[in-house]
Amino acid sequence: MTEIWHGLVKAVELIISFDPEVMQIAGRSLMIAVSSAVIGSVICIPIASFIHFNRFRGKRFLVSLIQTFYSVPTVAVGLFVFVFISSAGPLGGLGIVFTPPAIVVGQVILITPILLGLTISALSGVDRAILDTARSLGAGGRQMAVLVVKEARFAVVAAVIMGFGRAISELGISLMVGGNIRGFTRVITTAISLETSKGDIELAMALGIILIFIALVVNILMNRIQQR
Amino acid sequence: MPLKFNNGSKIAGALLIVALLIGLIPGVIGCTEEESEAQFALHDPLVRFKIATTTSLYDTGLWYHLEPIFEELANVEMDIVYAGTGIALEYGRRGDVDAIIVHDRAREDVFIADGYGINRRNFGYNFFLIAGPPDDPAGITGSTAAEALKKLHDEGMKDADTVKFVSRGDDSGTHAKEKLIWREAGFDYEDVRNSGNWYVEAGKGMGPTLLMANEMQAYVLADISTFLAYNFKSDLSLEPIVDKDSIFLNVYAAIAINPETHPKAKIDIANQFINWLISPEVQEIIGTYGTAEYGRPLFFPIASCDMPGCPPVEDYTKPVPEYMK
Repeated sequence: MTEIWHGLVKAVELIISFDPEVMQIAGRSLMIAVSSAVIGSVICIPIASFIHFNRFRGKRFLVSLIQTFYSVPTVAVGLFVFVFISSAGPLGGLGIVFTPPAIVVGQVILITPILLGLTISALSGVDRAILDTARSLGAGGRQMAVLVVKEARFAVVAAVIMGFGRAISELGISLMVGGNIRGFTRVITTAISLETSKGDIELAMALGIILIFIALVVNILMNRIQQR
Repeated sequence: MPLKFNNGSKIAGALLIVALLIGLIPGVIGCTEEESEAQFALHDPLVRFKIATTTSLYDTGLWYHLEPIFEELANVEMDIVYAGTGIALEYGRRGDVDAIIVHDRAREDVFIADGYGINRRNFGYNFFLIAGPPDDPAGITGSTAAEALKKLHDEGMKDADTVKFVSRGDDSGTHAKEKLIWREAGFDYEDVRNSGNWYVEAGKGMGPTLLMANEMQAYVLADISTFLAYNFKSDLSLEPIVDKDSIFLNVYAAIAINPETHPKAKIDIANQFINWLISPEVQEIIGTYGTAEYGRPLFFPIASCDMPGCPPVEDYTKPVPEYMK
């Protein structure tokens, strides 16, 4: 117990004293995960809208497939991205292996199913009565689409936050394609893993607390958005 | 039912709506990963020099100590990837790093012969040891390395609750040394690793494996540097049990990635780095690193290596030549 208590005290000290290493790692994690969430949204929300607003064969199957990939293991994505962007791989020419952009690429792939799936759900969840009313008032196809999007916007934001949460809490991708390089690709999760394995429990705990704190903020945001 | 449009929603919400509206126009779908490139351009003017290093040199903190010195000297940003010898060699073969630091002579030779590496230089050494619980339940005190492993195998097979051995199990240099000792003891390694619960494969770096052995009160093959560093930091309850055997010699090497195989490898910096490692001032640092904390150095300068198994002198005295295309 003393170790845990000691670790906690030290962790809080590291946080409130704005320990440069802790802050740098936390800041980097946020930067990378926010980038992933933004890029992922820019890519996925239009695709999700396209899927939702069009009828085509195999649509149900496609949606099921997307949902299946919600729980894709991060290490599997990490391995997949690594073999592609490694210098010997097909995208080796980009030279991004062991850099932050490599982590972003991996995280975008990781959260794509969640962003697609939840955005589709969000758009599908718009109250039919609203649509019927609008149609009866003479709204055209485009006006209807705009309406759906406006109605669903908070649920879509919730989807994006969900994707962000998955991105910031993943370990496998950051470790495998980022390389956990100090001062460059070391993020909260890889630092926790390394510091724990080094027996440096305090720093690991401080970072763990920050990660939980970020998760808490994200959840509060999500709740507030959904209560609207 | 009136349509509500909440004003003052978050900027993020507005942006997303814009993104959504764009999405309604067919044909804008470009789901490429290239976009992340532009978002995250590296504005750092410094050249990045990547090495993959064996875990023991990292876990002991030696790289934390050496990294800033070389960064300043060569005006580069050094990226150090923590990787056992097996994965370091793989990163080297793939051209993902510019130089590697490893410690497994046999695989180094293959790596170089296959055309992936050039300019190998040895720059330091230390010794392995077998650590275990102080009461030595397997009774290996005073044995040679091979006898010790044989005894661990026999006792472990009898009672896996009292005698366990934690292996790195990660194809690292230490793991390669362990396999070598098993061979010397007359075992087939595959038989050993499948022989029972007493044999535990950690699949981790040297430091983490030591901590795991410590938790399990198991025996473990470790390099003395990492053992001392972790014993100091985490107060291990393990002790060195067998540490006198010529097979325990552990020599570290730096290898540059061959630019003919991987044209993007930064051979000039790698050469400068290797020459710097074998230079008198760094040899001096290596020979004294850790003395203040542990009362003895963690590594030895390569020139002091004078026992069987030590590398030939030209493997560390001759500076690597400048690379000419």
